[in-house]
Amino acid sequence: MTDFLTPFLMQSAVQAITPILLASLAGVLCGRVGVFNIALEGQMLIGAFAAVVGCYFAHSAAVGVLAAIVATIAFSLILAYGATVFRGDSVVICIGMNLLASGLTAYLLRAMFDVSGTFSDPSLVGISRIRVPALQVIPILGWGFARQTAITWGAWVLVVLIALLLFKTPVGLRLRGVGEQPDAAETLGVDMRRYRVVTVLASSALVGLAGAQLSLGAVTVFAEDMTAGRGWIAVVAVMLGRGHPVYSAAACALFGFADAVGLRLQGQGLPNQLTDIAPYVVTLAALALSHRKRARVAVPT
Amino acid sequence: MSAVARLCPPPALVAIVVAVVVGGALVLVSGANPIQAYAAIVEGALAPDNLPNTLNWATPLVGMTLAAAIPLRGGMINLGGDGQMVVGGLVGAITPLLPVAGPLAATLALIAASLAGGFYAALAAWGQIRFAIPMLISSLLLSYTAVGIVSYLVRFPLRDTTTGLPQTALVPVAARLPTLAGPVNAGMLVIAAVAALVIVIDRRAVIGYELRMRGLNARFAGYGGVRLDRQALGAMFASGAIAGLVGAIVVLGGQFRFIDGALLTPAYTWSGLMAALLAGGEPVGAIAAGLFFAALQTGGFAMQRESSVPRVLTLVLQAIVILFLAMRHGLGKRSS
Repeated sequence: MTDFLTPFLMQSAVQAITPILLASLAGVLCGRVGVFNIALEGQMLIGAFAAVVGCYFAHSAAVGVLAAIVATIAFSLILAYGATVFRGDSVVICIGMNLLASGLTAYLLRAMFDVSGTFSDPSLVGISRIRVPALQVIPILGWGFARQTAITWGAWVLVVLIALLLFKTPVGLRLRGVGEQPDAAETLGVDMRRYRVVTVLASSALVGLAGAQLSLGAVTVFAEDMTAGRGWIAVVAVMLGRGHPVYSAAACALFGFADAVGLRLQGQGLPNQLTDIAPYVVTLAALALSHRKRARVAVPT
Repeated sequence: MSAVARLCPPPALVAIVVAVVVGGALVLVSGANPIQAYAAIVEGALAPDNLPNTLNWATPLVGMTLAAAIPLRGGMINLGGDGQMVVGGLVGAITPLLPVAGPLAATLALIAASLAGGFYAALAAWGQIRFAIPMLISSLLLSYTAVGIVSYLVRFPLRDTTTGLPQTALVPVAARLPTLAGPVNAGMLVIAAVAALVIVIDRRAVIGYELRMRGLNARFAGYGGVRLDRQALGAMFASGAIAGLVGAIVVLGGQFRFIDGALLTPAYTWSGLMAALLAGGEPVGAIAAGLFFAALQTGGFAMQRESSVPRVLTLVLQAIVILFLAMRHGLGKRSS
């Protein structure tokens, strides 16, 4: 087992968790105000693309991250207003957004850089990693965090902050009220629509960060549909965690670990077509095993 | 209400106009002439010489539209069309290579592919019934899994080692679908027959009625005696069977072997889902929307050839149509 849990494995596991974790935190927030957000996949893709664009033109990873956040928030206006003011069905809107993100990023990739498939350029700077040599001596967990980006650190801090926000502050109470009993919240003077719009937009900044981490964190490249289902795994993590940030984070950790183990097995000669499906299989198994605990009819089918 | 009236009323037209305007702006920003681009699309799709190409593209797209429309009619969403199509495609490519397949090889392969796709899709419904895993999620996760496994099979155990590419061996000539005109093959007739069957069942049969009732109000349908679990299994089986059939038709009608990734690149599943969403699962409207998207995409190839505008623009246009309709008119507003 110690042979298997190498520092490298732990590092790639923590790295793999980050985008899923950030997206699932956004999913938790949206779910709490009663917006079923399955557009995480598309939002993340927009973030990943905008990060590369920003970074390419400004030669700065920070600008890339900023561009990712701004672009993802702008993109998420569709869901924020579509599901509230325009009373659209959030499932249909989200499916449309995922397809729009896929088409738009592929279109802009060709129109702006004249390439299709993947885009990589020497001028792209990756997000620098924070090195904490002291952590290197702590086995397993320390190995994982010894060399990670600020986004990864921020994601885990956000888990705690969002849990505190939701359960220990008046704003959090109102947020949950809007999701659980919109009529009651409205009666008490909470502007339901505003809470939903603001939450969807604020949470989309997190998904933008997830996208930036994906395209500028581990690698510095944008590939068409590079999110490859991570947004959907985040949706499942929200369901498994029953909308609680800490439990959802635990679910994300499980998937990220499965992802890294898959990579590791690939290194030992297993074909990558098989190891790539590890996170999905683990996700399905986790859903099947947790079915007693999950409330039925929680999500529209 | 007439089906044509569902697709043609102002909202759909307005949505298309909005998409054309937004898409045109996008083309303009990227430095090309939008009018030229759109003219190339129309000509590329509808000029007499190009019509067979459009029909050939429409065959799988309308097939996947039907696959998406059936569950949608009952208020369910099948996001796993890619996986079901790939499973069917592989089964369709392998069956004719077996010694048992004689003159009926093509028919046998299409049937086997439908069964495989159908059972794979029913797995998602079973997960919902047995483990309460939402079908929306499980169908998609199962799709990623199927795509990975099929890709492995095509690259390793089932690969045609005489070529360097990840593809299976060529199917014998006897198992290929006969061509009708240019690229159009008998697969189009099969899909047309399936479409007719779906429309008749939707309008005239008891199971079609029951599925529509479920779409309007699942609890009420259950109260009225519809066995919801069995119905979900059946609807998903039918949906996956059509997706599997589409996979086999693409393989036996044009590529004559399973090429890794070739079924997924055109994104038939997602265009089909969008077409079905446009019509709320109503089959005639969905088919019309599917034909429209097929024309748009076929024209997109011509646009890419003649101007510098990438053809993914057509995907953007489709997504804008859906989003616009979803917002202004509560498209897909399902019963709670």
